[in-house]
This record gives sequence, C-alpha cells and structure tokens, in this order.
Amino acid sequence: MKGRSVIPQFAHVAEPVSPLSLLQPNGELARDAVPPMPDDQVLQALRLMMLSRAFDRKGVSYQRQGRFGTFSSVHGQEASVVGSAFAIDPARDWIVPSYRELPALLRQGLALETFILYFKGHPAGGCIPRDARLLPIQISLAAQLPQAVGLAWGLQLQKIDAVVLTYFGDGASSEGDFHEACNLAGVVKAPLIFFLQNNGWAISTPRERQSAARTFAERAPGYGFDGMLVDGNDLFAVYAATKTAVDRARAGLGPTLIESLTYRLGAHNTSDDPTRYVKPEALTAWKTLNPILRVQRYLTVRGLWNERTESDWENEVSDEVDRAFAAAFVVPPPAPDDLFQHTYAELTQRQLQQLSGTNSQLAQPKRA
Amino acid sequence: MPLMNMLEAIRAGISTAMEADDKVMVLGQDVGKLGGIFRATDGLLARFGQKRVVDMPLAESVIVGSALGLAISGLKPIVEIQFMGFTLQAFHQIVQQVARMRYRSRGRFTASVVIRAPFGGGGKTPELHSDAIEAQFTQAHGLKVVAPSNPHDAKGMLLRAINDTDPVLFCEPLRGYRLVKSEVPSEPVEVDITRANVVRKGKDVTLIAWSAAVHLALQAADVLSAGGIEATVVDVRSLLPLDAETLVTATQQTGRCVVVHEASMTGGFGAEIAATVGKGAFYELQAPIERVTAPDAPYPLSAAELMFIPNVERVVHAVRQTLVV
Repeated sequence: MKGRSVIPQFAHVAEPVSPLSLLQPNGELARDAVPPMPDDQVLQALRLMMLSRAFDRKGVSYQRQGRFGTFSSVHGQEASVVGSAFAIDPARDWIVPSYRELPALLRQGLALETFILYFKGHPAGGCIPRDARLLPIQISLAAQLPQAVGLAWGLQLQKIDAVVLTYFGDGASSEGDFHEACNLAGVVKAPLIFFLQNNGWAISTPRERQSAARTFAERAPGYGFDGMLVDGNDLFAVYAATKTAVDRARAGLGPTLIESLTYRLGAHNTSDDPTRYVKPEALTAWKTLNPILRVQRYLTVRGLWNERTESDWENEVSDEVDRAFAAAFVVPPPAPDDLFQHTYAELTQRQLQQLSGTNSQLAQPKRA
Repeated sequence: MPLMNMLEAIRAGISTAMEADDKVMVLGQDVGKLGGIFRATDGLLARFGQKRVVDMPLAESVIVGSALGLAISGLKPIVEIQFMGFTLQAFHQIVQQVARMRYRSRGRFTASVVIRAPFGGGGKTPELHSDAIEAQFTQAHGLKVVAPSNPHDAKGMLLRAINDTDPVLFCEPLRGYRLVKSEVPSEPVEVDITRANVVRKGKDVTLIAWSAAVHLALQAADVLSAGGIEATVVDVRSLLPLDAETLVTATQQTGRCVVVHEASMTGGFGAEIAATVGKGAFYELQAPIERVTAPDAPYPLSAAELMFIPNVERVVHAVRQTLVV
C-alpha cells in the first residue's frame, strides 16, 4: 500500500522528564535557584515537618500498645505535604484532603487532638473548627476530587477570592472519580490544584501497576490544563510549584495537576507489613533524600540551625504530641446518641425510638 | 388553580425556587438548551442563564460529587439524573458522600442537594433505564428518599426538598410524567415530605403505594368498589424517613393490607412496610399482608415490560387473597 503513512498524532513519549528541583539533598540550592520562601517561613515549615515526624513515631508506638487506631503516617512525605500547604492562604483558601496529610490539616486549623480522636475511632474526631477551611478526611480513594471541583467552582461562581487544594495519591489516580473530576475541572476552569503525591506505593501495588503513563502529571493536558512534576522531598520545589499553580488559579486560569515525586518510608498504615514487598535498597536510597534533613542543612549554612536548636525543637514537638495524645486519651467514650447525631437536621421518629432503647437494634455500650 | 402534569409542576417548582433564591442552580446532562430529555428544565436556561442552568459532562459521579462541593460552597444545586438506572454510576457519591457529609463533619457541613431522577417502567425505554431501585437508597441514613405521585405534591415536595438542609433523592414517576394531571397552586406552597397521605378512604382493605403505583392502587380501588369492596389508599410519599404511624393507623382501620410497588419483591421496600405494619397492626390484621411487585428478575427489554410491571388485575387479585382469609 502506498500513499501517506498513518502515524498517531499523539504518540506517547518515553524519555524521562526531570522533576522541578530547587533544594538539593546536601542542603544547597540548585544552580540559579532562588529560595522561594523567606527564612521565617522556612522555620515554620520545618517545625511542622518535625511535628509530623514526631507524631508518626509516637502514633505507631501507641498503636502497637493498643492505645491508638490504624492510621497512615506521613513519614518521608513531609516536604510534599507541608510545602504544598504553605502555598495557600488558610484565611481564604480550602483544603480537601485524603488521609495522609496531617501537617496540612494542622496548618488549616485542625487540632492535633481531633486528628488523634478520629484515628482512635471516636466520633468527635470528625469535628472541624468553624473557621477552618477544610473538608473531612476522605477514606474512599478519589471520592474527594469531584467534591473539590464543586467547591472550587462554587467559590468561583460566587466570586469568592479563594482556591482549593486537594490531595490524593498515585493509587487514587486510577479511580474513575479522578478522571471525572479532572474532566469537569477543565471544563469549568475551577480554581483548583490537584496535588498528587506519588509515593511509589498503593499499599503493596507499585506505581508501575497503576499506569503505563511516563508521569501522572502529563495527563493534565488531556484535560485541557497544565501539569507539573516536582521533587516531592524538596520543600522549596513543592512550595514554588504549588504557589505557581495557586497564582494561576487566582488569576482565573483554571486548575493545575501537580505530581509530587516522593516515597512512603513507612507502611501504608499500621496494619500493613511492607517488608513483604519493599526492597531494603529502595528504602535506603530514599532515606538519603530525607526531606527534613535537607531543610536543616540549608538553615545550618544560613546560621539559623545547630545541634542545640535541633534538640530543643525535638523536645518541643515531642511534648506537643504528648499533650495532644494525653488530651485525647481522657475524652469519654462515645455515647449511644453519638450514633445518630448529625445524621439529619432533626432525627427521624424511628431514630428517636431506637435511641430511646425501646428497639432491639441498639446495643448499649459496656461501661468499664 | 392551573391544571398541570408532573413535568409542568416540577418545572414550576424549580422556577419558583430559582426566582426566590439566586443560590439555587440546576445541573445535569442536557438540562440547558434541550430543557432536559423530558423537558423538566425547559426554558430555564433562557430565564436564569448558563451559570445557574448547567449542562454537565456525561459523568454521573462527578455531577453528584461536584453538587456536594457546590453545596458546601454555599449554593443549592438541583441535580437531574436522566434515569434512576444511571444513579448507580453515582451510587457511591450519593450513599457514602452526600448522605454522610453532615454526619462525617459533625454538623459542620450540610449537603443541601436535591437529586431528581425518574424511575419505573412503562416508558418503553432501552435496557437498563427503568429500574425501580429506590429501596437501595433507603439504607443511606442522612439522605431523604421521597416519591411524589401527583403534580400538586411534586411541586410542593420539590420546594420543600430544595429548602431542606438535608439531601433529598427525589424519585419521579417516569410513566406519570405526562399522564397524571392535577391542580397545582401558583403560589410557592410546600408539602411536608415526611408524611404519608391518605388519598382514599375505605373500610375493607388498605392499599399502600408510592409514585406511579398510587394510580394503580386507585384504579384497583375503583374496580373493587364496583364489586362492593371499599379500599383505603395511602400514598407513602416518603420512604426515608417512613411515616410508619399513618401506614399502621390506616391498616388498623381495615385489618387488611396490600403493598404495591414497581421494584421486584425480594429486598423491595414493600418488605420494610410489611414488617412495620405487621408489627404495628398485629392485633387488627385479619390476613397476611400481600405484596404486589415486579418479579425477581432484571427489568426486561421493553416488549416484555407489561408482563413485568404490576397492573390493576394483580392488585385486585391480591386484595381478594386477603379477603378469603
């Protein structure tokens, strides 16, 4: 057969693409890089990252003692979560989270004690302060993404100056809701940042089994908006990329998909056993890319960090975590009406009957 | 009062709400220029503009999920899903997300979302359109599931649903969209969506139904009356929450009860009603409660649907079963 050869116009590209990187693992800025955050903000971010790390350490320990429930640690992903959260303004912008973003929730106004209650399984863990622009933790993968689009779109329709930052992972990007949400966000130009933390694993399923695409970020143009790939263990790169996306969203230029390349150093959650599937070499390699250490090195060179500050801060964040656990541990256990409260504006007749104990469906809790 | 069919009444309800409150918006597939595939939103785009009457991508999950986000932002979305069979694409967002937002956030956020969808057969639709799956939503506590049977109630219940801070699944009778007419007040009157309505009083038997099946029950009551049997007909209106009191009282007064619905029998909402009425009216019941339902089979292709959907003869037959005891 002769004539014009038929070539797909949109052939996929296999060559690797480099993520945005500003702060190197040795704590030095990359060539031509300018620090995107002032020093006082870097210190605030570091504090939150250290608090998150301390919480994960103690949380796992309490879980092993049976005093805390199953939860997913941020361990290894602190720069990814904190750098992105610092790029929005908690006084006007919203976060629509998944379940592995503790420091972002704290920055948005959630109390650490409330977070602990949630993963202890206490209904009061669902409380979000009135002035915190934060949706509930989302357990069902990608289900938050359509909601985030609606929230961002609704703010835009009402001419409210605010953007929405939503978190999810490489595994969640395989869900249909990810596709539906990106598609609608592109159509309505929602002021939204899709922040995909690619931590290499969805429980035990590696990133390669989620998608044959070279990167997750490059899916964005298919939805009519931009994508960015960023070193997720680099606080500055994550912050700068997210800030760019936030500025674009504020300017009415629509959504951005950011893929933050990071690594889950811990387990999926406290019920998981990653030794069954993670190679020790991979862990060793990623541990050298410690997101906290490189910020500390950066600050050391600037004369803002030394062994003394490090030990002081370690003690302070450790105390803060201890205080939050102590406060959560003395909250009384749930009562029967916690089962029904907030299901409706007013409880139904049948709910009231069940609550009054005349119905055989309600088991009374055993009191210690 | 003007005479309207269901679609006109629904449209009047939406228009009234949109005029009264600029936070009310409509979203769904083809709701704009086309006016919806059944024309329930006909003319709304021209009146209220494309920011309030929005044609959505063909994706039920994000239509419902984004409506939840819109509600949290302060708007009041009314979602149209073209057929209830397609709500299954959004089942997760409806049942675990929309219904539970108030509960999961301990009251911080409410989901003031109305999801409209026609259900039931008789429309000769292609496969997978006509399923009557309303009962599947009645375990979504946090959601209200209502089903008006006539235009008067459709407008009044829709207005009540839009002004409700809880999410409402508004089940519309596909077969009754144009067939059923009634007088509908022009003013914005709300109808209590939590109460059942006794639409006919009789001493011998109580027929319980909702949506299009109410008309089946009324026709059966006419046939029975000609033979000297007088039936009470109760329009359930709200499946979740269920107005058990009205159903039980109406059955106590006759001692016999037949539940009619378009869904198949096993796990259908008739089972819930039979259990509720069976307990509440135990001492007055003189015969087992009968259920007239679709058979336990998938909704068939359209040439077979008349065998599938309950009809007047089957209702009359069931009533006679209760009378021979």
